[in-house]
Amino acid sequence: MFRFTHDPIDPGSFHPLLDDPAAGGYCSFEGWVRNHNEGRAVLRLEYEAYESLGVKEGERILAEAAARFPILKAACVHRVGRLEIGEMAVWVGVSAAHRDAAFAACRYVIDEVKDRVPIWKKEHYAAGESGWINCAVRAPAGTPTR
Amino acid sequence: MRIQVEYFAVLREHVGRGAESCETAAATVGDLYRELDARHGFPAVGRLKVAVNDEFRDWDTPLSDGDHVVFIPPVAGG
Repeated sequence: MFRFTHDPIDPGSFHPLLDDPAAGGYCSFEGWVRNHNEGRAVLRLEYEAYESLGVKEGERILAEAAARFPILKAACVHRVGRLEIGEMAVWVGVSAAHRDAAFAACRYVIDEVKDRVPIWKKEHYAAGESGWINCAVRAPAGTPTR
Repeated sequence: MRIQVEYFAVLREHVGRGAESCETAAATVGDLYRELDARHGFPAVGRLKVAVNDEFRDWDTPLSDGDHVVFIPPVAGG
Protein backbone atom coordinates (compact mmCIF):
# COMPACT_ATOMS: atom_id res chain seq x y z
CA MET A 1 0.00 0.00 0.00
CA PHE A 2 1.33 3.40 -1.04
CA ARG A 3 -0.47 6.53 0.04
CA PHE A 4 -0.08 10.24 0.62
CA THR A 5 -1.18 12.02 3.78
CA HIS A 6 -1.61 15.66 4.71
CA ASP A 7 -1.44 14.76 8.41
CA PRO A 8 1.52 13.78 10.62
CA ILE A 9 2.60 10.17 10.00
CA ASP A 10 1.99 7.77 12.88
CA PRO A 11 3.99 4.62 11.95
CA GLY A 12 2.11 2.59 14.55
CA SER A 13 -1.15 3.10 12.69
CA PHE A 14 0.35 1.44 9.60
CA HIS A 15 1.93 -1.45 11.48
CA PRO A 16 -1.07 -3.76 10.91
CA LEU A 17 -0.43 -3.50 7.16
CA LEU A 18 2.77 -5.52 7.74
CA ASP A 19 1.23 -8.23 9.92
CA ASP A 20 1.72 -11.77 8.70
CA PRO A 21 1.97 -14.96 10.75
CA ALA A 22 4.94 -16.03 8.59
CA ALA A 23 6.88 -12.85 9.39
CA GLY A 24 10.04 -13.10 11.43
CA GLY A 25 10.41 -9.34 11.67
CA TYR A 26 10.10 -6.09 9.86
CA CYS A 27 12.36 -3.27 8.78
CA SER A 28 11.32 0.36 8.47
CA PHE A 29 12.80 3.59 7.23
CA GLU A 30 11.67 7.01 8.40
CA GLY A 31 12.73 10.12 6.48
CA TRP A 32 12.80 13.23 8.70
CA VAL A 33 13.01 16.93 7.93
CA ARG A 34 16.55 18.08 8.79
CA ASN A 35 17.60 21.59 9.62
CA HIS A 36 20.27 21.94 6.94
CA ASN A 37 20.95 21.03 3.32
CA GLU A 38 24.12 21.63 1.31
CA GLY A 39 25.45 24.02 3.91
CA ARG A 40 22.30 26.12 4.26
CA ALA A 41 20.14 26.39 7.37
CA VAL A 42 16.63 25.11 6.63
CA LEU A 43 13.61 26.38 8.57
CA ARG A 44 10.87 24.15 7.14
CA LEU A 45 9.80 22.24 4.03
CA GLU A 46 6.84 22.01 1.74
CA TYR A 47 6.10 18.79 -0.15
CA GLU A 48 3.81 18.78 -3.15
CA ALA A 49 2.76 15.64 -5.07
CA TYR A 50 0.99 14.68 -8.25
CA GLU A 51 -1.00 12.24 -6.17
CA SER A 52 -2.95 10.23 -8.75
CA LEU A 53 0.20 9.27 -10.69
CA GLY A 54 2.25 9.14 -7.49
CA VAL A 55 0.08 6.43 -5.98
CA LYS A 56 0.30 4.38 -9.18
CA GLU A 57 4.09 4.68 -9.34
CA GLY A 58 4.41 4.00 -5.60
CA GLU A 59 2.31 0.84 -5.92
CA ARG A 60 4.49 -0.28 -8.86
CA ILE A 61 7.61 0.16 -6.69
CA LEU A 62 6.10 -1.91 -3.87
CA ALA A 63 5.14 -4.65 -6.35
CA GLU A 64 8.70 -4.64 -7.75
CA ALA A 65 10.09 -5.01 -4.22
CA ALA A 66 7.81 -8.00 -3.63
CA ALA A 67 8.96 -9.58 -6.90
CA ARG A 68 12.69 -8.99 -6.27
CA PHE A 69 12.95 -9.96 -2.61
CA PRO A 70 11.35 -12.75 -0.52
CA ILE A 71 9.21 -10.42 1.59
CA LEU A 72 5.67 -10.68 2.95
CA LYS A 73 4.25 -7.14 3.09
CA ALA A 74 5.48 -3.70 2.09
CA ALA A 75 3.96 -0.27 2.57
CA CYS A 76 4.96 3.37 2.15
CA VAL A 77 3.37 6.63 3.28
CA HIS A 78 4.58 10.05 2.13
CA ARG A 79 3.55 13.31 3.74
CA VAL A 80 2.58 16.37 1.69
CA GLY A 81 2.07 19.98 2.74
CA ARG A 82 4.11 22.07 5.17
CA LEU A 83 6.51 20.21 7.49
CA GLU A 84 8.62 21.49 10.35
CA ILE A 85 12.12 20.38 11.37
CA GLY A 86 12.09 16.88 12.85
CA GLU A 87 8.76 15.83 11.35
CA MET A 88 8.49 12.58 9.42
CA ALA A 89 8.27 13.08 5.66
CA VAL A 90 8.17 9.44 4.61
CA TRP A 91 7.75 6.02 6.18
CA VAL A 92 8.58 2.66 4.57
CA GLY A 93 7.83 -0.68 6.25
CA VAL A 94 8.62 -4.20 5.03
CA SER A 95 7.93 -7.50 6.79
CA ALA A 96 9.65 -10.76 5.85
CA ALA A 97 10.46 -14.19 7.18
CA HIS A 98 14.16 -13.20 7.42
CA ARG A 99 15.90 -9.89 7.96
CA ASP A 100 18.13 -9.76 4.87
CA ALA A 101 15.15 -9.48 2.53
CA ALA A 102 13.41 -6.93 4.77
CA PHE A 103 16.47 -4.64 4.85
CA ALA A 104 17.11 -4.97 1.11
CA ALA A 105 13.50 -4.37 0.10
CA CYS A 106 13.17 -1.39 2.44
CA ARG A 107 16.27 0.15 0.86
CA TYR A 108 14.93 -0.57 -2.61
CA VAL A 109 11.58 1.09 -1.89
CA ILE A 110 12.97 4.32 -0.44
CA ASP A 111 15.59 4.65 -3.20
CA GLU A 112 13.02 4.17 -5.97
CA VAL A 113 10.44 6.45 -4.32
CA LYS A 114 12.99 9.25 -4.15
CA ASP A 115 13.93 8.70 -7.79
CA ARG A 116 10.55 8.08 -9.45
CA VAL A 117 7.48 9.22 -7.53
CA PRO A 118 6.29 12.70 -8.60
CA ILE A 119 6.87 14.53 -5.31
CA TRP A 120 8.56 17.93 -5.03
CA LYS A 121 10.27 19.51 -2.06
CA LYS A 122 10.59 23.21 -1.41
CA GLU A 123 13.07 24.29 1.24
CA HIS A 124 12.62 27.53 3.15
CA TYR A 125 15.99 28.86 4.34
CA ALA A 126 16.97 30.84 7.41
CA ALA A 127 18.32 33.57 5.13
CA GLY A 128 14.78 34.19 3.87
CA GLU A 129 14.73 32.66 0.41
CA SER A 130 13.36 29.33 -0.73
CA GLY A 131 13.89 26.85 -3.53
CA TRP A 132 12.57 23.69 -5.15
CA ILE A 133 15.14 20.91 -4.68
CA ASN A 134 16.61 19.41 -7.88
CA CYS A 135 14.89 22.14 -9.93
CA ALA A 136 17.58 24.82 -10.00
CA VAL A 137 17.20 26.88 -13.15
CA ARG A 138 20.01 26.05 -15.56
CA ALA A 139 20.21 26.86 -19.26
CA PRO A 140 17.69 29.21 -20.92
CA ALA A 141 14.25 27.68 -21.41
CA GLY A 142 13.68 25.84 -24.65
CA THR A 143 12.76 22.42 -25.83
CA PRO A 144 12.44 19.78 -23.11
CA THR A 145 15.56 17.80 -22.32
CA ARG A 146 14.78 14.18 -22.85
CA MET B 1 -8.90 20.00 -29.58
CA ARG B 2 -8.95 20.91 -25.92
CA ILE B 3 -6.26 19.69 -23.53
CA GLN B 4 -6.25 20.01 -19.75
CA VAL B 5 -2.78 20.89 -18.46
CA GLU B 6 -1.95 20.62 -14.77
CA TYR B 7 1.10 22.27 -13.17
CA PHE B 8 3.01 21.34 -10.02
CA ALA B 9 5.78 22.82 -7.91
CA VAL B 10 8.20 25.10 -9.78
CA LEU B 11 6.03 25.15 -12.92
CA ARG B 12 2.85 25.88 -10.93
CA GLU B 13 4.53 28.85 -9.27
CA HIS B 14 5.94 30.09 -12.58
CA VAL B 15 2.62 29.92 -14.44
CA GLY B 16 0.75 31.28 -11.43
CA ARG B 17 -1.97 28.65 -11.38
CA GLY B 18 -2.34 24.91 -10.96
CA ALA B 19 -4.08 24.13 -14.23
CA GLU B 20 -5.26 25.53 -17.53
CA SER B 21 -7.43 24.39 -20.39
CA CYS B 22 -5.72 24.83 -23.79
CA GLU B 23 -7.17 24.88 -27.28
CA THR B 24 -4.35 23.50 -29.43
CA ALA B 25 -3.47 21.80 -32.70
CA ALA B 26 -0.29 20.28 -31.23
CA ALA B 27 0.27 16.79 -32.59
CA THR B 28 2.34 15.45 -29.69
CA VAL B 29 2.95 16.24 -26.04
CA GLY B 30 6.37 17.60 -27.04
CA ASP B 31 4.70 20.00 -29.50
CA LEU B 32 2.29 21.08 -26.76
CA TYR B 33 5.22 21.73 -24.40
CA ARG B 34 6.93 23.94 -27.00
CA GLU B 35 3.68 25.83 -27.65
CA LEU B 36 3.12 26.49 -23.94
CA ASP B 37 6.81 27.27 -23.39
CA ALA B 38 6.51 30.02 -26.01
CA ARG B 39 3.54 31.43 -24.06
CA HIS B 40 4.83 31.05 -20.49
CA GLY B 41 8.63 30.92 -20.86
CA PHE B 42 8.99 27.89 -18.61
CA PRO B 43 12.10 27.84 -16.41
CA ALA B 44 14.73 25.31 -17.54
CA VAL B 45 14.79 23.04 -14.53
CA GLY B 46 16.63 20.05 -15.97
CA ARG B 47 15.24 16.79 -17.23
CA LEU B 48 11.46 17.01 -17.57
CA LYS B 49 9.18 14.00 -17.83
CA VAL B 50 5.60 14.06 -18.99
CA ALA B 51 2.42 12.22 -18.04
CA VAL B 52 -0.73 11.84 -20.12
CA ASN B 53 -3.92 10.73 -18.35
CA ASP B 54 -1.98 9.78 -15.20
CA GLU B 55 0.69 7.62 -16.88
CA PHE B 56 4.28 8.47 -17.81
CA ARG B 57 4.58 8.83 -21.60
CA ASP B 58 7.20 9.66 -24.25
CA TRP B 59 7.44 13.18 -25.65
CA ASP B 60 6.29 11.95 -29.08
CA THR B 61 2.98 10.60 -27.70
CA PRO B 62 0.08 11.84 -29.88
CA LEU B 63 -2.54 14.04 -28.21
CA SER B 64 -6.30 13.43 -28.24
CA ASP B 65 -9.13 15.78 -27.38
CA GLY B 66 -9.73 15.84 -23.64
CA ASP B 67 -6.29 14.52 -22.65
CA HIS B 68 -4.88 15.51 -19.25
CA VAL B 69 -1.19 16.45 -19.47
CA VAL B 70 1.33 17.07 -16.69
CA PHE B 71 4.94 18.20 -17.21
CA ILE B 72 7.02 16.66 -14.43
CA PRO B 73 10.11 18.55 -13.18
CA PRO B 74 12.89 16.59 -11.41
CA VAL B 75 11.37 14.98 -8.34
CA ALA B 76 12.61 15.22 -4.74
CA GLY B 77 10.55 12.97 -2.49
CA GLY B 78 11.82 11.34 0.68
